[in-house]
Amino acid sequence: MTNSLLKISNVDISLPEGSERLLAVENLCIDLVPGETLCIVGESGSGKSLTARALMGLLPAPHVKVTQGQIDFCGEDLTKVTERRLREIRGSEISMIFQEPMTALNPVMTIGGQIDEIFRYHVSMSAAERRERAIQLLDDVQLPDPAQIVNSYPHELSGGQRQRAMIAMALALEPKILIADEPTTALDVTTQAQILKLISDMQAVHQTGVLFITHDFGVVADIADRVAVMQYGHVVETGTVDKVLNNPEHPYTQALISSVPSLVPRSARARSEETVLEVKNVNKTFGGGSSFFKFGKPSRVVDAVKDVTIELRRGETLGVVGESGSGKSTLARCIIRLMDSDSGQIILNEVNICDLNRAEMRPWRAKIQMVFQDPFASLNPRVKIGQIIRQGPIIQGATQEEAEARTLELLEIVGLDERAFNRYPHEFSGGQRQRIGIARALALNPEILVADEPVSALDVSIQTQILSLLDEIRTKMNLSMVFITHDLRVAAQVCDRLAVMRYGEIVETGATADIFDAPQHSYTRDLLAAVPGQNWER
Amino acid sequence: MNDFWKLFSRNRSAVLGLLILCLVIFVASIASLIYPGDPFLYSKYPLSKPGENGFLLGSDSIGRDVASGIAHGAKTSLLIGLIATFAAVLIGVIFGALAGYYGGLVDDVLMRVTEVFQTIPSFIFAILLVAIIKPSIESVVIAITVVSWPAVARLVRGEFLALKNREFVQACHTLGMSDYRIMLKEILPNCLSPIIVIGSLMVATAILIESGLAFLGLGDPNVMSWGFQISDGRSMLRVAWWICTFPGIAILITVLAINLVGEGLNDALNPRLRERN
Repeated sequence: MTNSLLKISNVDISLPEGSERLLAVENLCIDLVPGETLCIVGESGSGKSLTARALMGLLPAPHVKVTQGQIDFCGEDLTKVTERRLREIRGSEISMIFQEPMTALNPVMTIGGQIDEIFRYHVSMSAAERRERAIQLLDDVQLPDPAQIVNSYPHELSGGQRQRAMIAMALALEPKILIADEPTTALDVTTQAQILKLISDMQAVHQTGVLFITHDFGVVADIADRVAVMQYGHVVETGTVDKVLNNPEHPYTQALISSVPSLVPRSARARSEETVLEVKNVNKTFGGGSSFFKFGKPSRVVDAVKDVTIELRRGETLGVVGESGSGKSTLARCIIRLMDSDSGQIILNEVNICDLNRAEMRPWRAKIQMVFQDPFASLNPRVKIGQIIRQGPIIQGATQEEAEARTLELLEIVGLDERAFNRYPHEFSGGQRQRIGIARALALNPEILVADEPVSALDVSIQTQILSLLDEIRTKMNLSMVFITHDLRVAAQVCDRLAVMRYGEIVETGATADIFDAPQHSYTRDLLAAVPGQNWER
Repeated sequence: MNDFWKLFSRNRSAVLGLLILCLVIFVASIASLIYPGDPFLYSKYPLSKPGENGFLLGSDSIGRDVASGIAHGAKTSLLIGLIATFAAVLIGVIFGALAGYYGGLVDDVLMRVTEVFQTIPSFIFAILLVAIIKPSIESVVIAITVVSWPAVARLVRGEFLALKNREFVQACHTLGMSDYRIMLKEILPNCLSPIIVIGSLMVATAILIESGLAFLGLGDPNVMSWGFQISDGRSMLRVAWWICTFPGIAILITVLAINLVGEGLNDALNPRLRERN
């Protein structure tokens, strides 16, 4: 192609010695034309982010560097240009937006000040012109009241607004290429939908070539023109979005696509008559309290959970869905008594567990257990797996031998080798650690499992495995489950019923299929409409 | 353990420090063998130069053997350093753990107490304490402990604050584990590395404080120490340089060695710094 903007050919990127593989990226060949969106898809560790950083010359030298190949940008080889030229190119001709806008923006500079810097370094304009241009840019990315936002600091904006400001900065000098490294991963779905639309609008105006890095096939389906699938540093498949998504050739692509959860809810199961857990009018607020020796104005009071009432029947999976800050995790922690609720009742086997003190609560702990979100933070790095799983039964009064036998049994149930018993958590991958977390929760033979985003930190292929493991265990042990998630695709596949939360309140509850087919509340409709990749169904 | 040694030995100066420290410990432990008898015992050869009259490092104004003093003083310095540090770490860990784990009122009260100790300049505070109780090994140890524990308490509190909300700790709560067990078995092992590092550096500080106190005449009058030797020899520095110089060098290299080891431990135990080079 003659008008290609960017042509990466045969690029190798080295990793430091002692890494799990020799090259982060091997023999990479990618090209990009103006106005096109190329999505690089892959799981964590596939080398997709390093590819993006290589283009910007932002690899963490000296250990990670491009050792071979050319990155041809409009006739210049980016691997050979001087640092000075690279600085000129960055920001003005190739710019980048990052995953986490809070850390990518300087917290002690105003948004206007940060946009101003770009103009100061790259073009000559008077201060008044620069300011006017900054306001114009903020207006272009549809930020409300740009004249005020230009004087705001990053912490004064919401996550979505910060990402808009990042995009404004990235597009300030109308670059030829925009690199977006998981720009919507940290955002809520409704915000994500807006940001994706904004990127494609801006792209249409400026004919920018967009290199979009993501792990989410829904996003790919919505925005990509072409797709490159990466695995272990290799591009295993490239092609148009239609071909890759609907007719994948490489087995890895096929496996990835088949593990994307479908948006069609699972078929409903018969609902049991027996109620195992009832949450009645539970409230929880944060802040407001003042402590010893602390003067000054009282802190802001936030209603994290407001008058929530839910009911869980035996063998049922109740999904609590909502965006970040909706109070779903707080609700989970109140149910499991990691936090004390301010008012309301949580009734387990006809006993209000809110009234129990620590010692009285101990025997009830066995009935309700939790699976945590982060497989890396949820296991003590200094304790062996066997001990992690075994300690629950021992606390609850089992003998050493019983507990050990139970642990070995559980390791088998969650699909781990019994040699895991004497190993430490760092020897396991994220998915394996999540299995260990599940085994720990099951060790007490609970009736209810509260799962707080159990798969959101995992890659999509691992996610499927963990979900099917949970499903299998649920049937085998007749578990009732409270499943907290922000991902409606996951919810559709796992939950019998859904409770939709916003600002601490439950706005809608009902059978999953009913909610997906005919959402009653306007917020539920917004959430469903924002799920990426709706028009594509594998 | 092997991995740890590999990481530690990457830092050459830390290994050197460890060698010197081992040498000091060795000398201290065989002090009574190579210089049997009381190091305060005087001979009839005052102010002998190093090498004269069978005195390896000379003798002082009343004929006491400087080398014998250094060997016996090493025992004093190391013992005081180790015991005081151990006591300070113990108190600091208890205060810090309770404050960080329980937070709220407990934290406020414990930290205000800690701040009271921190606001007084530590060496002056130590002098004051030894002067109030009477100078003896015990009072020196107590004084050093009292002035050193607040730093440990602050450090441990910070670590506990960060760790207590981690999911693995919450998981222990959901299993019904007792607070005591969570603190001791779950959280404490995860903050051992910084405690070991600060502890190793505190041994060096304790040796310096002890020598300082002894120099001011506030050490135990019945126990030989490096600070006492320097204090004793300082008026004769121009006629008999060796009386002050050798104990001074002993303090210098011991403290340096401990600091090097401490830094080496920090590099080896703190994964964030591992890739620093």
